[in-house]
Amino acid sequence: MNAFITIVERDLLLVMRRKSEVLTALFFFVIVTSLFPLGIGADSALLRKIAPGVIWVAALLSTLLGLQRMFAADYADGTLEQLVLSPNSFTSLVFGKIVAHWLVCGLPLVLLAPVIGIQFDLNAESLRVLMATLLLGTPVLSLLGSIGAALTLGVRGGSVLMSLLILPLYIPVLIFGAGAVYASSVGLDISGHFSLLGALFILALAFVPWVSATAVKIAIE
Amino acid sequence: MTAINSSIPQSTAPILEARAITCVRGERELFSRLDVQVSPGECLHVRGENGVGKTSLLRLLTGLASPESGDVLWNGTPIKKDSSEYHSKLLFLGHRDALKEDLTALENLRMYAAIDGIKLADVEAFSTLWRFGLKGREDLPVNCLSAGQKKRVLMARMLTRRAQVWILDEPFNALDAQAVQELQSLIAQHLEGNGLVVLTSHQPLEISNLRVLDL
Repeated sequence: MNAFITIVERDLLLVMRRKSEVLTALFFFVIVTSLFPLGIGADSALLRKIAPGVIWVAALLSTLLGLQRMFAADYADGTLEQLVLSPNSFTSLVFGKIVAHWLVCGLPLVLLAPVIGIQFDLNAESLRVLMATLLLGTPVLSLLGSIGAALTLGVRGGSVLMSLLILPLYIPVLIFGAGAVYASSVGLDISGHFSLLGALFILALAFVPWVSATAVKIAIE
Repeated sequence: MTAINSSIPQSTAPILEARAITCVRGERELFSRLDVQVSPGECLHVRGENGVGKTSLLRLLTGLASPESGDVLWNGTPIKKDSSEYHSKLLFLGHRDALKEDLTALENLRMYAAIDGIKLADVEAFSTLWRFGLKGREDLPVNCLSAGQKKRVLMARMLTRRAQVWILDEPFNALDAQAVQELQSLIAQHLEGNGLVVLTSHQPLEISNLRVLDL
């Protein structure tokens, strides 16, 4: 537990020392989502309709931007080997890295979402649902993404390969996340969407840290 | 199982042992059916030409890689079976220095202490860094240190880690003459305290209780 907290703190500290990498991903999210209202114009009915999809796709892509960094830096300087050789469970250390990634690349998206949503003329209820889906969905993105980051460790051109591996896995999150926001805007029941997102989250939480830890160990060997 | 283990006399049993290990990298077999034994207070110096498999052997002994066949045993138990027990006694320093460049020397030491599950008081961390000539540089990010100074941070880690087994890959690279002496005395001190050392190096070593393994 102590080692888990240390890893989270260490990764956050490293991000604080090198802010540009994280700010790039967040700036990307803001820019991409702002381009749509600018390009489409002031057709608020259309904007309201495309908002959930656009915001969710932008969230997927900006999460991808930060993923490559998750293990690559530690792999390059040899720290990852030291983590494998720690007497603490390596899975918990990998989980720590996933949590740190979410705090840096996922949580800010949740907090930015209402501001972005205003550009699309979303009402308060839709904004709340959007934030809630992102809060439940972005951890799944970080978890699933860690598998891709681990599998492409040390592979040349790994980031492109990782996108190809991971984006298909993101599809269910995208469908239920964006679907919930759309359903709420037309007054449909959204509890089903949330149940499925929650199920995805719990499933990923239960299996992904082990899968990623194993993938990293194979990459190191 | 316990009966078999307890029947091995602990005092004479080699603590770190590799039995008939075979290492294959890609298509090439680097070595086959190699036996290695290291007892407490003993230093094993692995020598050989470049590419002969020194680093691969060291990685097999740490458990980072698995041998094609054969076993690596710690106190008679395969290290795969109880890796956390073995890793709590193990310090491995590889080619890369495994220090976070953006963190200070002190933060690196603290981080490794927490990850390795040891308690490290600030007083001890400071005094160890000072001992290796890093006084006044504790709060500099590691990327501001020279290659030799980074090695000195690693020496501080070796001391604070309090591990019984040291596996060191080319520990004398990038060290000046004085630091080489310091590291040798650090290793000698470790051996006196019943530690085990396995290392690779291209230079002759002045360490008592040294055994050479030519690959």
